[in-house]
Order: sequence, then structure tokens, then C-alpha cells
Amino acid sequence: MRTDSHEPDAVTPVPTVLAEDGVLLREGLAGVLERFGFPVVAAVEDGEALVAAVTEHRPGLVVTDIRMPPDFTDEGLRAAVRLRQENPGLAVVALSQYVELSYATDLLDSGDGKGVGYLLKQRVGDVREFASVLRRVVEGATFVDPEVVRQLLRRSADPLERLTARERQVLELMAEGHSNGAIARKLVVSDAAVGKHVGNILAKLDLPPDDDVHRRVQAVLAYLRTQST
Amino acid sequence: MNTRNVPRRGPGTLRQALAGPRYLLTSWPWRSLAYTLTTLVVGGVLFFVALPVYAPWTVFVAMVGQGHSTGELTVTFLSGLFTVVFFAPLVAIPLGALERRRLHLVMPDENSSGHRAPPAGLWGWARTRYSEAATWREVAYAVVMFPIFGLAFLVVVALATATIVLAISPLLLFNENEPAISMGWTTLTTPLEAMPYALVSPLTAALLLYACGLMSYGHGVIARALLVGPPKEELRAELDQVTESRARLVNAFEYERRRIERDLHDGAQQRLVALSMDLGMARIDLEEGSPADQRVVAAQAKADELIDELRELVRGIHPRVLTDRGLHDALQELADHCPVPVTVETAIPNRLPPHVEGTAYFVVAEALTNVYKHAGATAVTVRAHLAPGDLRALGAAQETTTAILTVEVTDNGVGGADQRKGSGLTGLSDRVAVMGGTMGLTSPEGGPTRIRVELPCGPIPTNPTP
Repeated sequence: MRTDSHEPDAVTPVPTVLAEDGVLLREGLAGVLERFGFPVVAAVEDGEALVAAVTEHRPGLVVTDIRMPPDFTDEGLRAAVRLRQENPGLAVVALSQYVELSYATDLLDSGDGKGVGYLLKQRVGDVREFASVLRRVVEGATFVDPEVVRQLLRRSADPLERLTARERQVLELMAEGHSNGAIARKLVVSDAAVGKHVGNILAKLDLPPDDDVHRRVQAVLAYLRTQST
Repeated sequence: MNTRNVPRRGPGTLRQALAGPRYLLTSWPWRSLAYTLTTLVVGGVLFFVALPVYAPWTVFVAMVGQGHSTGELTVTFLSGLFTVVFFAPLVAIPLGALERRRLHLVMPDENSSGHRAPPAGLWGWARTRYSEAATWREVAYAVVMFPIFGLAFLVVVALATATIVLAISPLLLFNENEPAISMGWTTLTTPLEAMPYALVSPLTAALLLYACGLMSYGHGVIARALLVGPPKEELRAELDQVTESRARLVNAFEYERRRIERDLHDGAQQRLVALSMDLGMARIDLEEGSPADQRVVAAQAKADELIDELRELVRGIHPRVLTDRGLHDALQELADHCPVPVTVETAIPNRLPPHVEGTAYFVVAEALTNVYKHAGATAVTVRAHLAPGDLRALGAAQETTTAILTVEVTDNGVGGADQRKGSGLTGLSDRVAVMGGTMGLTSPEGGPTRIRVELPCGPIPTNPTP
């Protein structure tokens, strides 16, 4: 979305550590990251090396593939969760080849749930949107791939059924880390209307009033947890 | 029950006894004698009983060389063939059964018939019996019985007569009126003259017992070859081998699927994502909405479609989530992709062997596809749980099985599903059967439809995890 994208030249560079075992994709990703103001300080190809590189370089952002050597299961995810526990506030974006809710919940459960993203690998094709997601995550937003949210919405469970179709849409966008303003623009409604929806969602999910960002994260989290267990 | 008669001491088999020096001191000579004498009885009865079967052949043999026309010979020959084909088994099958029992006298092993269990009804019996090799081997045995009978008859009559005559010759000669006994090379006229010959009679008796032993052994070997099927242990061992190799095949198949999945994921899909990313980068330098930009946008859309298609394809080959996260997450993912609302309930404490997970997954996948396509259901429940297995239900080949995975898919649709009507379930039930599992489908008209699969999670050999 153009409204959310950041022009490459107008932002502060964020040193980034990249973990991806496929050479082709690693080179490509590095190119995209550099282009959008995320200078790659280290590009590694497994979980161990990722942890080492973060300890050494103290980056502002980690972009990691979930599936990496040696076992090719969820090494990247485990490394990411560990990193976030050891370095609160470290922004991490995990890339996955397929939608797996438990990956998303594992990630969101690590740390305070802020500054974390989970998205399908193929989203990197839309480089501007990808860069914008990275930027939002670095700024503390939570991003969950729209496909994950769509899958959640397909499941029938109590907390969800209490939400109206519009509220679900709003929740979906919240999960993608959009602000009220951005949601209002996407849905072509007023900011006030979005505020009302968000209020309703939080109330329906029994979340106490608190600072806005935190509650939003809580909403997404609560929602993911009820769904994936 | 048959081993009861085996002599506990001394040589274990007739053959060993015959080869040893103490043959006459064992029970084998008497068993052989009994066997030979009963052979004479059986052979004699067979002569009469089998008369209708071999009569045309004797007629045929008699006609050959007597100047009969080819037509007459052919008719006789064909009638002989007819009686053999239709009536010989009727004689040979009971003969075989009798001879197998009699064989215990000289070869007290397990002598099971090579016959299969026929289906119910006379027609089923006839079809099975007339078509199996065991029957025709019994017919061959019946034929062989004739020369055996002849040989036994000659040997027994000759040696027994000699023994008896020699033994009683002195007694005979006590009678003054009795004429002299001609021995061929000499003539005995007084009891005293006959005494040495009478002393020879135990030797001929021994000779008779040795002859019986040898004949019985030869007869036994022939009977064994023609009448006795492979022992049950051998069959079971073979079956076990086949079962194992079948399981290995399925496992290899599973392994191969995972390899293909991995290659597609790590190869083609990664490249496509990289391609899409390159196109995305190209767009940055293009003026938005320009013809070049539109081309790139279109190309990127195609690449993205391809990625989606490839992902679906890979999911059908072997779902990544199954390998990485196990059955629960994989079933949940299936449920998420099903247009009908699906509830997934699992109680599986640990990861299962790959082939079990794979089969369970594909059964549920197929079941959900059927529900969506045919059942018109509005709710589906998928249940999977692990329980200690009922070993009897699975047969001896699965003795080491420790647990059974039960998977049930129940929908509230219209019912009336039939496993035989070309649904994908047939192939899956084969796959389930290979693993020693069972698959059941209940689907009354009006529903509900329930598919239940039980899979033993036994130690079927596994390939190294990729």
C-alpha cells in the first residue's frame, strides 16, 4: 500500500541480520533490505550462526527463515524466540513457506509481543509492502500474515463468533500491525468508526483498557491463543 | 497329537533308524510293517474303487494295435480323459486325506494338506478343488499307488511265505504222510534235514522287516512330495516376509514423497520467490503505471500464482506441516482448508512413525474432500487418538505392535456413501491394509457418515528421516 510505504532514501538505516539458507533468496533479500534502508550487517544460513551474529552485531532487526539447516524444521523460529527472550525489544520478522498458526503464536508469545512479524515467504515479492512491514515491526508493531488471520477466521470458536464481520476485518488489519488511521483508509470509513470497532473488539475479547498499542497486541494474541490450542 | 507316537528313545526318523545298526530293536520296523500291510489294504480297495476311472484306459490300451480305427481310439481316449478329469479327484481327494493320516506311521511330522479352504456351497468347493494343484498331485499319487501296491505285494508275499515255510518245515516233515519239501537245489525229507533251514527263517523275517522299512521310506517320501503342502510355519514365515516387504515399499514410497516435497520446496519454490522478488525490485526503478511497469506487474502476478499453485501441489504430495509439527497441526491445517466447518480433536501424546502419520493424514484429507463434494454436510468432526492395541485383531504378523492410532471422520451430511463406488477411499483402504490396519465406513441413507481407521503404530522399519 502506497500510504504505508516508506521512501527508501528518507529513513534512518536499521542494521539488519539476515538468516536464510537458500543462496539465491539470501542474495535477493539482502538486495531488497539494502535498498530500503536495512543495511545487512551479517547474512547467515542457520540458527546457531544467527544467534552468534546478533550477539556480535546488535542489529536493530532480524529477518529469518523459519526452516533452516541442520534439521530443516523450525530452527529459525527457535532461534528467533530465544533471541527475543535474551534481547527484549529486538525486532524479528520470521519468514515461513506455509501458514502455520503455532509458529505465529510461538513468535508472538516471545517477549512482549511487540516488534515481531510472521509472514509468508512469497510476500517478499511485493518489495515495497515487505519493506513497509519491516519498518512497522522495527517501530514496534506486530504483523501477522493476512493468510494466518484468514485461516483463523475460518475456524469457528466462541470469541470469534461474537465479532461482527466488520470487526473481524478490523481485527485482521490490526493483526497486520496497521494503525487506526491506516485501517480507516483501507476500509474507507472514518477514524472514529474504526475506533469504535476496536473498542468493541477489545471489549468482546475481555481486554481491560490500557495503552492502545499494548491492548492491540493483546487482542491479536488472545485471539491467536484461543484459536491454536 | 501326532508326535505322541514318535519313539522317545533311539533314532528320530525312519531313515536314521534304517541307517543305524539297531534298526530291528526300535519300533520303526513294526511301524513300517504296519504301513506296508495297510498299503496293501488301501491299494486293494483302490483297485476296485478307482475302476470306473481307469477302466477306459485299460480298454484303450487293449485296443491299441488291434486294428481299430483312429476314430474309435480317439473316442476311447477322450472318454478316458473325461473320467480322469471329472472322477479322479473324487477318488484321489479322500485317498489323499487317508494317506496323509497313514503317513504319520512312518513320518510323524506335521502333514498338512496343500488344499485351500473353499468358499461355501458345492459349486465353490468344486471350483476350488478342481483348480488347485494339490488335487492333481493327489491324482498323481493315486496313479503311483498302483506300482507301489504291486511291489509291496510281491515283496511281502514272497518274504512272508518264505519265512513261514522255513519256520514250520521241520514240523511239516514230522507228519509221515507229508511229501518231501523241495527247496529248489535240494529236497528235504526228514525234520532233521529241515532244521538248519528253520534256523534261517529269523533271517528272512529280518529281511522282511528291512524290506518293509525301505519300501515304507520310499513310499513315504513320495507321499510327502505329492500329498503334503508346505508346513504352516513356512507359510507364516513367507507371509511375514511379504508383509514386511510390503510395509517397506509403502515406507519407501512415503520417503520418496517427502524427498520430492523437499526438492520442490527448497528448489523450485525458492527460485520462484527469488524471481518474484527480482521483479519487485525491477518495479522500483520503473515509473508506476508505465507499459514496462505493467508488464512487470503481470509477470510478478504470474510468478505469485505459480508459487501458490506449487504450494498446493506440494501440500498434496506431502504436507510440510506434517513433517515439521506432527499430526495434530497437519489435521488442523486440513480442517482450515476445508470449506465445511471442521472440529479437530486429537489425543496423541507423541510423534508417530512417518508412514502412520502420512496415512492418517491422507485418509482424513480424502474423507474431507468427499464430505465437501458429496455429503452436503454442515459440520464435520475429526477425532484421532492413540490407544493400546488389540493384538488379536491384527493377526500374528503384528505381534510387536504396541499402540493403535484410531482416526474417525464423522459428518452430518446426507449419507449413502459407498466405499466401492470409485471414491478415493479404495486406494486408501489398500494403504491402510498394507500397514495391518483396518478401515470401516458406515453411511446409512440420511446420514451420518463415519469413516473409522485403525492403524497399528508398530515398529515397521523406517527410512532415515530426511
